[in-house]
Amino acid sequence: MGVSINQLKKYIQIDQTAEQLAHNLTMAGIAIEGIETTDDDDKLLELDLTPNRADCLGWINLAREIAALSGADLTIPDVFMKENEEAIEDYITVRIDNPQLCKRYAARVIKNVKIMASPQWMQDALQKAGIRPINNVVDVTNYVMLETNQPLHAFDYDLLGGLRQILVRPAYAQEQFTTLDGANRQLDEEMLVITNGEKPIALAGVMGGENTEINEQTTMVLLESANFLATNIRKTSRKLGLRSDSSIRFEKGVDPNGAIYAANRATQLIHELAGGEVVKGIFDVYPEPIQPLNILLRPERVNYLLGTDINDTEIRSCLNKLRFTVTETGEDLMVQVPTYRPDITLEVDLIEEVARLHGYDKIPATLSYGAVQPGGLNYEQHFRDRIQDILAKNLLEVINYSFINPVAYDLIRLSEQDELRNCIKIANPLSEEQSVMRTLLLPGLLKNIKDNLSRKNENLAFFELGTVFYPTNKPLPREIYKVGAVVAGNFDTNWLKNEVPMDYFYLKGLAEDLLSGLGIEEVTFAVTENPAFHPGRTAVVRAGDKEIGIIGEVHPEVCDNYNIKIKVAALEFNAAVLYELSKPIRMTKEITRYPGIKRDIAVVLPETVTYLETKSIINDDQSGLLQEADIFDIYTGDQVPAGYKSMAFRLLFKSSEKTLTENDVTPIVEDILQRLKSQWGALLR
Amino acid sequence: MLEKLAVLDQEAHTKITALNTIEELNEYKVMILGRKGEITALLRGLKDLPPEQRAEVGRVANEIKDKLEAQLNSRAAEISRRDLEIKLQQERIDVTLPGLPQQKGSIHPLTRIKREITEIFTGMGFTVEEGPEIELDYYNFEALNVPKHHPARDMQDSFYISEEVLLRTHTSPVQVRTMEKMVPQIPVKIIVPGTVYRNDDDATHSPMFHQVEGLLIDERITFADLKGILMQFARKMFGENLDVRYRPSFFPFTEPSVEIDISCVMCGGQGCRVCSHTGWLEILGAGMVHPNVLKYGGYDPEKVTGFAFGMGIERIAMLKYGINDLRLFFDNDKRFLRQF
Repeated sequence: MGVSINQLKKYIQIDQTAEQLAHNLTMAGIAIEGIETTDDDDKLLELDLTPNRADCLGWINLAREIAALSGADLTIPDVFMKENEEAIEDYITVRIDNPQLCKRYAARVIKNVKIMASPQWMQDALQKAGIRPINNVVDVTNYVMLETNQPLHAFDYDLLGGLRQILVRPAYAQEQFTTLDGANRQLDEEMLVITNGEKPIALAGVMGGENTEINEQTTMVLLESANFLATNIRKTSRKLGLRSDSSIRFEKGVDPNGAIYAANRATQLIHELAGGEVVKGIFDVYPEPIQPLNILLRPERVNYLLGTDINDTEIRSCLNKLRFTVTETGEDLMVQVPTYRPDITLEVDLIEEVARLHGYDKIPATLSYGAVQPGGLNYEQHFRDRIQDILAKNLLEVINYSFINPVAYDLIRLSEQDELRNCIKIANPLSEEQSVMRTLLLPGLLKNIKDNLSRKNENLAFFELGTVFYPTNKPLPREIYKVGAVVAGNFDTNWLKNEVPMDYFYLKGLAEDLLSGLGIEEVTFAVTENPAFHPGRTAVVRAGDKEIGIIGEVHPEVCDNYNIKIKVAALEFNAAVLYELSKPIRMTKEITRYPGIKRDIAVVLPETVTYLETKSIINDDQSGLLQEADIFDIYTGDQVPAGYKSMAFRLLFKSSEKTLTENDVTPIVEDILQRLKSQWGALLR
Repeated sequence: MLEKLAVLDQEAHTKITALNTIEELNEYKVMILGRKGEITALLRGLKDLPPEQRAEVGRVANEIKDKLEAQLNSRAAEISRRDLEIKLQQERIDVTLPGLPQQKGSIHPLTRIKREITEIFTGMGFTVEEGPEIELDYYNFEALNVPKHHPARDMQDSFYISEEVLLRTHTSPVQVRTMEKMVPQIPVKIIVPGTVYRNDDDATHSPMFHQVEGLLIDERITFADLKGILMQFARKMFGENLDVRYRPSFFPFTEPSVEIDISCVMCGGQGCRVCSHTGWLEILGAGMVHPNVLKYGGYDPEKVTGFAFGMGIERIAMLKYGINDLRLFFDNDKRFLRQF
């Protein structure tokens, strides 16, 4: 299916091979996607037209483009026909109620035709273009449409009814109409219909009606060659989900000034193929004829914009090849653009035409543009890269769709009132699964775990840096970046048999690494509750009074909802808050050259006392010598009373002034133990 | 006495050669050279000798002592060396076994390509701008010279939130947003990497994908500059030797518009499945900023000109990494992600 080169040869001499022709057209902006060879050794060009060049859907227009490129002469078929002595006005009158939507309506009548199959050449021509032959009259309307790009429609005149008139008007609300394809359609007031004065006989520019269809008994034909407003046809076609060869053309724009030629050409062919006689005259209603545009072109501007040195003669020659009329006005050119090129309305459009004909490849490629200025990312953009770089040391980055299934908010156990349920909804989603904009990353990440597990991928560790969307009372929502991560399983198992479970503490380690890598200090993890997470294994993460986000083991019910049978730990941080909190990294700890002293202490404490509480008591040291206090053991069991636990810390003391001795350190340790004792009655174990 | 010494020397020499461990050697050293050792014992008899012989015997005895000491040391060295060799033999491992696996993460291929593109343009003095993913119809279409019901809207079917708000269908709205922010300053020299959405889902279309937009506005920016800078980009991204061609095209927001093709990176332009046997790959759309768009941004098209371009990150990633299925980018399968 495509444009037959043999067909094109009826309008223009083509000496090039199909491949050369395709190349030349492609390089002039009429893209040829492929070439098909037919059984009769013809070549069909498969066009990939840009919307501004829909005119080239018509064979004659395409031939005109080829002529501009090759210089060959264009032959537009002459129209000869013998009309009878009757007057068209005695057969039909045409009225347009809404000239904004119907710019022109021209009608002709052909009497005493005989409906039969078209000759083979016509059938072949249509089939190559992908149109099914029907009968001689209908085939002619399609053939001439392919030739001229003017959609035409033939009515059975006798089925029009007694008023002998065409009335173009908007449809009534809920007006019913059966199109040629047999489908009953409900119209609305924005759609335009062709009526016989009473009821619709065609959906303007889209499809004719069953009630006036050409059939074997037809003897008199009313031929329509009209022009409809592109945007209106597009709307109607979309609303009804009905596209036709006619609507495709009208919605891209058809030249109203081509209507008469097409009507006459079709009349001539109908007469040739179906016999009969042509009623004299055309009933043509064209309230506001379109005039060709005159556009001023400054040759100096051509070269200014293109960076070229094309002389006036060549500029004029390019435009002449396109059959634009050029006259000089002083330094400048006045260019008259034919109405079949409605895409050209501005000087810059003419400059493109000159560039196209001159050849884009002939325009130089310069690197002389020299405004020297530093480029690069700003701090926040760098910062986001850094988040990804740090997390990518251990986690695989994923990219999830921003739209999710609203059911996800149930799956992660959000309460009905949870404000995260307040999300942006897509009016025309592809499916329910992709119908709302996410307010958090967790659903996507859990789906990643689920999908990977179902593909037998084990030991999963992912992160995502992505946008979430919160509705506001302004037209646009608030968009922020969030960082999410999920882990499930172990480090990949191996022959050394050292498995480390990827659990809460594993993920917390990564989180701490991330936060310190971003220069975020004094971070706290405090017990919190969140419907999506395990009530005893979840922490809110803060720095000062700023909330960074949440980290925890995903609630087992949530895992169940996602059909995940193993434990999952997850975190979700607000990247904007991270950015606010991040500080430039500075060296804060002095490197002392004096060796330090290590002391281990193990204290027995009530089980409810947290590590953080214990550590803050230990750290409350005035000597300035305690450098580090690292927990290295936690014990509950026979050695300590029920309800108690033992925590062991390794203390490191250092001075920047001298080598410490046991005598320096012992009183400090005593002091620490004393503080722990007075706080919780802690005993040394 | 001298005879005795000679015998002792001879015996000791044989004995040392036969010793096999450092411990035996140490033991024997004490036995022969120590304070209670044989030589010491022998030398104790020196006082019974006539004075004229004493010096001679003493000298010989000391010589033997030194000699044996040296021999003991060299034997010790020999044994250590031998022991080390045995130890090293025993410590042999199978070096072909896999190393201790690290928990290895990775950056998503789309992020990698985005960064690569960004790096090339920032190296040429472009800065990075961003804009909202949920956008006003005004910025997404109208200010880009695409009025309501313009057929070009068909090229990019949109997800709508409301009549006036939609998921942006391209990164181009950031053009006008940036112009509004910067006007009347020049140059405007930005790239815009970002996520975009279109109502389309099949083997070659994803409803969400990624683009990088670019915009350069200044006095006297020409189509020749567009060609120069984008050719530079194409060659840095895909290889210095490739061919670049420029085809007229259409975008509502540029005029003249151009589609930029490179010679196929898979077949070198011979024609293959990837380039649909044309030898060319479409990688970039570009053009001179349409005067209407400059006006929407607040600039006078008679005073400044500019060019804009846009490209799909997925497409470039597929070409660069030899990925043949668009869906892989969003499936987030561990086996895929681990390869980057």
